[in-house]
Parts: sequence; structure tokens; C-alpha cells
Amino acid sequence: MHDKNVAELSAGLKNGDFSSEELTRVYLNRIESLDKDLNSFISVTAEQALAAARIADQQYKSGTAGPLTGIPIAQKDIFCIQGVRTSCGSKMLANFIAPYDATVVTRLNEAGMVMLGKTNMDEFAMGSSNENSFYGAVKNPWDLLAVPGGSSGGSASAVAAQLAPVATGTDTGGSIRQPASLCGITGLKPTYGRVSRYGMIAFASSLDQGGPMARSAEDAAMLLNAMAGFDHHDSTSVDREVPDYTGNLDQSIEGLRIGIPAEFFAEGLDDGVASVIQAALQEYEKMGASLVDISLPNSGLSIPTYYVVAMAECSSNLSRFDGVRFGHRCEDPVDLEDLYKRSRGEGFGAEVKRRIMIGTYALSAGYYDAYYLKAQQLRHLISDDYKKAFEQVDVIMGPTAPSVAFDIGEKSDDPVSMYLSDIYTIAVNLAGLPGMSIPAGFVDNRPVGLQIIGNYFDESRLLNIAHQFQCETNWHKQVPPGYE
Amino acid sequence: MWEVVIGLEIHAQLATESKIFSGASTAYGAAPNTQACAVDLGLPGVLPVLNKEVVRMAASFGLAIGANVSRRSVFARKNYFYPDLPKGYQISQFELPIVERGNIDIELEDGAIKSIGVTRAHLEEDAGKSLHEDFQGMTGIDLNRAGTPLLEIVSEPDMRSAKEAVAYMKKIHSLVTYLGICDGNMQEGSFRCDANVSVRPQGQQEFGTRAELKNINSFRFVERAINIEVERQIDIIEGGGEIVQETRLYDADKNETRSMRSKEEANDYRYFPDPDLLPVELTDAYLRGIEATLPELPEQKKARFITDYSLKQGDADVLTASRALADFFESLVEASGDAKLAANWVIGSVASMLNKENLDITDSKISAEQLGGLLQRVIDNTISGKIAKDVFEAMWQGEGSADAIIESRGLKQITDSGAIEKIIDDIIAANPDQVEQFRAGKDKVLGFFVGQVMKASAGKANPGQVNQLLKQKLAP
Repeated sequence: MHDKNVAELSAGLKNGDFSSEELTRVYLNRIESLDKDLNSFISVTAEQALAAARIADQQYKSGTAGPLTGIPIAQKDIFCIQGVRTSCGSKMLANFIAPYDATVVTRLNEAGMVMLGKTNMDEFAMGSSNENSFYGAVKNPWDLLAVPGGSSGGSASAVAAQLAPVATGTDTGGSIRQPASLCGITGLKPTYGRVSRYGMIAFASSLDQGGPMARSAEDAAMLLNAMAGFDHHDSTSVDREVPDYTGNLDQSIEGLRIGIPAEFFAEGLDDGVASVIQAALQEYEKMGASLVDISLPNSGLSIPTYYVVAMAECSSNLSRFDGVRFGHRCEDPVDLEDLYKRSRGEGFGAEVKRRIMIGTYALSAGYYDAYYLKAQQLRHLISDDYKKAFEQVDVIMGPTAPSVAFDIGEKSDDPVSMYLSDIYTIAVNLAGLPGMSIPAGFVDNRPVGLQIIGNYFDESRLLNIAHQFQCETNWHKQVPPGYE
Repeated sequence: MWEVVIGLEIHAQLATESKIFSGASTAYGAAPNTQACAVDLGLPGVLPVLNKEVVRMAASFGLAIGANVSRRSVFARKNYFYPDLPKGYQISQFELPIVERGNIDIELEDGAIKSIGVTRAHLEEDAGKSLHEDFQGMTGIDLNRAGTPLLEIVSEPDMRSAKEAVAYMKKIHSLVTYLGICDGNMQEGSFRCDANVSVRPQGQQEFGTRAELKNINSFRFVERAINIEVERQIDIIEGGGEIVQETRLYDADKNETRSMRSKEEANDYRYFPDPDLLPVELTDAYLRGIEATLPELPEQKKARFITDYSLKQGDADVLTASRALADFFESLVEASGDAKLAANWVIGSVASMLNKENLDITDSKISAEQLGGLLQRVIDNTISGKIAKDVFEAMWQGEGSADAIIESRGLKQITDSGAIEKIIDDIIAANPDQVEQFRAGKDKVLGFFVGQVMKASAGKANPGQVNQLLKQKLAP
């Protein structure tokens, strides 16, 4: 059953070929037997999953089931789920049982989905390799020596290994797309404001966005249907109609204008990855699309801009983890300052501390104008590059990441080299645009992702373009050996 | 030779039902932490959503002081660690506040009018409370107050004495309560202020180094705190010392100010726009709508009282000092039908009783309607004004309505001429000497007879009738 896509699973449940409880047990068993190697889950919520599955089965019987009823899902451990530990990959929240549901969780529950558990992630979503998790590194099912990418590495690894048919992820600078690329799955970061951030533990508020991670564009579209929409708990969510994202999947892409930014194919891009991307673009040409050379001249500024904005915001967002009301508290504090220093010193990992310190510095009196304010100005320039590009083209394509999955430990001592993993994804967050990564081939048996960037609220078109590619190719159907 | 320079930062708690960024109740006095929801607790993942009502309230304040109400204002995070600040930052407004540049006129002791500049007023959330007693070496945190909406009103350093500062603070207090945007309750901390105080030699242009006096919650304390601080600063300078820029706390019990922290220890708040909240954008139509529904303000009400009720300027000043008092007066006018009498009673008996018991008009033990019932009995001659004072006291003690007390105590005025004549005849008969004196032209003796008659009637005889009948009977 686990090799079926969501539409097939949905049909199977509807026809009574199998029950949600049976389906859920299949996935729970796979997690039980296969996740020891991968470490893609922080918590497995088997009992709750089976209870939810039985309710779903009732709904099929009573005729109240929807297209996602009874379909299992893995939730990134950044989404608060009432009564379930929500750790955000951190020691700080190892004891935190969320007392409320994130809006995304509420919506998926209402759609009848069955939550298998919470997936591993870089601590507070800070990282590109999933090595920054307090709960241990996640392995890439394509090669257990390789990282799965980050920060939604647990979700990507679980979906690639078919431990869950779909998963949620969040993307602040590439945290859905880069692991999707490295694990050979399909991931979509929606337009900023499309999916509610309420209950999704904040890393960088102006960049964070939740989205679907799946094995195909069609599955991602079905999941996005349930995730997207205005939420009055989130002032930055956009009150705009949610289309049926599966509605346009079959539309022809004849005449599509694809922008190819020179900056995405310059120095730093692995040759093997470049050839895979070129081949994918040729495939699109065969399907009737045309390639247009474009330029995003401020691309080079996106990494420094991002790391000022994201770190400034995170330095403030993470202040609430102070050992006073929830989360880790040090033993026997002698006074308030000791409580703060040791609780935070013990609760946070090295990368989180590095980012809090850089962000604090960037916001300090005397530096604010030079860093934060300047970064906000650059952010406008970067957005303007995209605005101009979308006057000439319908979508932009290029590699999702400059290389395939690197080895665990390879970059962990070199933060700057690690930060460069997100060089092609970060600008999309700065501009608030939607972006996808879809499997496009392999280099040395490690997957390569093609990135598709769209204009604001163009998720439907992105999914259509991705789906058309997946109708012509089989890259997304590849399964890592041992996980068939 | 020293000139005092004062600027005030007033925190007015906005009278909303729910908090500025969450749906939790703002009611005062609940058990600790029972009015703090997930948002107020700063739980991981929660987001603030602006309460629209606070925007309307802040805008109405801005319009009332002739300020610029910003078409675009921005919430910013003020970052610092403190246990009663759940998120590790306070959401406030920094570079782009909602109200900028207004004015408030105050009246000086010599009757002159002085205009005090209001630099800005911005919206922010209050923090919770740290409770240091009762926890033996630990601190308790009550987050009920966390997220309560505040309007921080910042003045220019335009005040030159503690009295001016108090007059300004009272003016703002009256304005926000008139607008209905703050309950003005200083004991509960709904209205409190920080005072920036410095001194400089008369004639010097630049300001002296200032000290900030924190969290003063009564008009009396503001005056005392400023005066004591001014003395302290002058003593230091005259002793050859220098003033240190610092935050000081006023201790009302010891009547002294003492240092909380110096500028060097001050936090770097690392303000930046809050990415969780959109800028507040107001249209002209929205502001026109608020302007159209602004209630009558103190100056307008005073003018109307003088015209409509023929009140003297001084009485109108007193009666419009607070909206609650003005409302009480107007209700009393309606209940009694006599504005002059109503004004005298509110300024006289009611005010002195409130003063004696240290109560606000809103705590009056007699409602305007009940008092109106009493005044009607004066107007229709059922009782005299003097008896009415006794009935008023009885009503205040909760003995019932005016009519019930008049009835039970038998205080009804004697208007039966026969009964009054009988008393007068007795008095005349008993005081032949005084009768002689009066008849000899000593008119003042009439007062003696009136007094004797009233006494004999236990105050119940109608004074008009007594006068008239006495004159008749004493006539030679």
C-alpha cells in the first residue's frame, strides 16, 4: 500500500479495498522497522494515529469522508499539537507538551488526516543538514552517509523512504525545498501569507512559511488544499480565496515562458547538478515551453541579507525561551540572571546560539542602521529583481541546491559553507514568493532537485508545471534501495 | 535662580474588554494567571492580532488634542528580559507612533493659560506583575495584566513646576475619561506616570541632566515626588556635584526618590518593527467617522453648562472637572428640574461628603436620581433646605429614600398657618422683653423669634410663613 500515491490511497479507502487503520498500521510498522537507521521521527504517536484512523474509517462508512480522510501524515516537530510533545528539535523544548493546536494541524485534523508522529528537524529550523537536532542527525535514505538537508530533513527523509505518504514542512530560507531536493521528493513553499503561521514555532517571522512535502506534485496539491487559507489568528496570513490546487494539474504548458537566471548557473554550482538541470529544462522545451535568459542582478546579496534579517528576528523570537514559564530550566538557579544564562546556555545548541548572538548584534544600538535597516533595503531590491523578471516570464527555473546531498559531518564545522547550501532558495523567502523543488535526476546516486519559482499566489501554476514534468518523467517515482 | 524643567510620560490603560493582542479579558482583580491566554503567556508559536478598538481609542485621543493621527503607524518590539515580560519583548510603537504633535492647555495658578506640547502618544502592551512577597525567596508571576492595552502619552519638557505637571496630568486624566477610553482609576494603575525632571540656572538655554521618576500613581505623589527630586538636584549642584542621568523610584512612605538604574546600566532595547503585525493604516474616512462620534469634551461641556444652566464660570469649572461629576450633575438637573439648586447641592453637600469619605463621584452612596427625589421635596416645600441636609445624611447612611425618611422621621414641613400661629403666640407670650425691643424698632430681634419658632417646631415650620406671620403678630 505504501507505494501508492495519495489519490490512489484515497480511492482505496473509499472503495473499501483497505481501511485507514490497516493503512496506518502499514506505515507505523515501516517506521518501527526502518526509522532506526534514518532517525526521521522525534516522536511516533501510534495510539493517537490508530484512534484517528478508526474515526476516519467511520467517516468512510457514514459517507462524510473527504479526499484526505484517513490518509496518514507526518508533522514536522515545529507545529504545536495539543497534548503532544512539540520539541522543535531542541533540548529547550524536550519537556514541552503543547496545550493547543497550530492552525495547520487543526485544518489537517478537520480534513480527517491521521498523524503518525513528529518529524526530526534542525533545532528551531536553523540548519541545512539536520545535523543541528538535539535528537540526533537524520540520514538520507538514498545514502545513509549523506545528510537529508534541512531544516525539514526528517519530513523529507520519511517521505522519501515511504514512512509516510506526505508530510508538513516549513521553509524560512529553503527548509522545504532543499531537503526535498536532497531526498528526491516534491516540496512546495507557498507564497508568504498563504498558510497560517499560528502554532508554528517561529524562527524568522517575516520569512517562515509552512508547506507540503510529498512524492508528487499531485499529492502536494491535495495536501496544500487542506493547509492553505486565511487565519484570523495570523495577521500576516492573506485573506484570499483558496483555489482547488488539483484543478489545473492537467493543463498543457505549451507556450510557457521559463526564465533562466544566469546567476543560478554561475560559479559554485556543481557540474553534475548543472547537467541534470539542463536536461530537465530540455524536457520542458520538448513539452512546448520556451527558455528565456534573465538576470536577477542582486542574487549575490541574498545570503548576507537573509542572515541579517533571519538572525535579527530569531534573536527576538527565541527570547521567550527563558526557563520561566515552559521549556528547559537549569537546576537550582541562584538568581534571575543565573536562571536565564544557564537555562538558555544548556537548552540551546551551538547553531542557535550563534544565530541569536549575530542577530542581537545586528539589532544593537549603533549597528541597526548598518545591518538591519540596510538588509531591509536590500530585501526590496531583491524583490524588485523578481518583479521585473515576472514581467518577461511566467516562472523561473534553476537548481534548488548547488550540489547533491553532502556527507554527514562534511560541512558541520564550516557554517558559511553550510549557509551557501541555500544560495538559490533564500531570495524566494526574502521576496515572499512561492517556490517548489521536484526530482529531476541523480548525480552519484544522490537526487537532484529542480527549483520552480512562481509569482505571488501562483501555486496552482507551479503545481501544474511540476505535474506535467512528472507525467513525462519517472524521477519522482524512484525509491531509495531498501525502502521499496 | 533655578528653573525646573519637567516632561511627563503618562500611561493610560485603554478601557477595552479584551487585551491589545489577544481575546483574554482585561478585567481587574481576577485570581493570578486566570486571565492570561496562550498569546499572553508567550507560548511557542502564538501570534498577536491587533484589537481594532485600541486604534479607535488612540485615534480619538489624537483628534481630541488636535494632534496628527498617523495614517500609517508601526508596531515595534522592545527587547529585554524580565520574568513578567513573557515574550522577552514588549510590543510597542517606536519610530512611527499613532499620534504625533498635539497640545493641551492648562490653567496656571494666576489664571493664565499655558499650552503644553504632546510629543507623541503610542500604543503598547502592558507587562505582567512580579510578586516578591509571599513566596519565600522566590518571585511569583501574575500575567493577568500582560497584554493590557496602554496609550503612552509623552509630553514635551514644557512644564516648569510640580503644580504645572499636576495640572497637565489632571487635564489628560479628564480628557481620557471624557473620551471614555480610560477608566482613570489610579489606585488600580489604570492611569500612572513617569516624570522626567531636571533643573537649570534661570536663563540657561540647554537642559540640565534629567532623572526619570518611575510609576507614580497619584496626583499628590506627582507633586511631592517632583518637588523632592528638584530639591535633591539643586542640593547636589549647589554642593558642587553633578546630576547623573538615571531612573529613580519615588517612595511615597519615605517621601524620597532613590536610584533604580543609571544610564550605563540601561538596556539596549534593540527596537525593530514587529514582523508579526502589519502596519496600521488609517484612511481619512475612518478618522472622519471617529471625529463625528467624539463625545463632548471638557471645554465644550463647560461652555454649554454656563449657557444652558446659567452657571457661574467657577461652578462650571468644578462641575466639569470629570465626566462622571458632570454626568451626575446633569442627571440631577433632570431628576430635580432645578439646575441652580442641583449645582449648589453637588458642589456643596455631595462634594463635601465625598471628600470626607475620600470617595469618587462614581462611588457616591446616593445616586443622582435618589438625590433628585430629595430636591423635589425642597422645591415643593415639603421640607426646608436645612431639614434636607439632615435627610441627605440619613440617605447617605442608607436609611432609604428621601420620602421614606421624611415620612418615618415626621419631618414634613408645617405649612398649616393655624399650627404655626399657635407656636408663635406661645413664643411671643414667653418673651415680652424681646417683643418690646422689636416694637421699639430693633428689627434684628426678628431673627431671634424666627430661631425660637423653628426650634419649637423642630425645624419643620415653613420659614417663609414663619417670617410673614411673625411680622404680622409683632406689629405694634
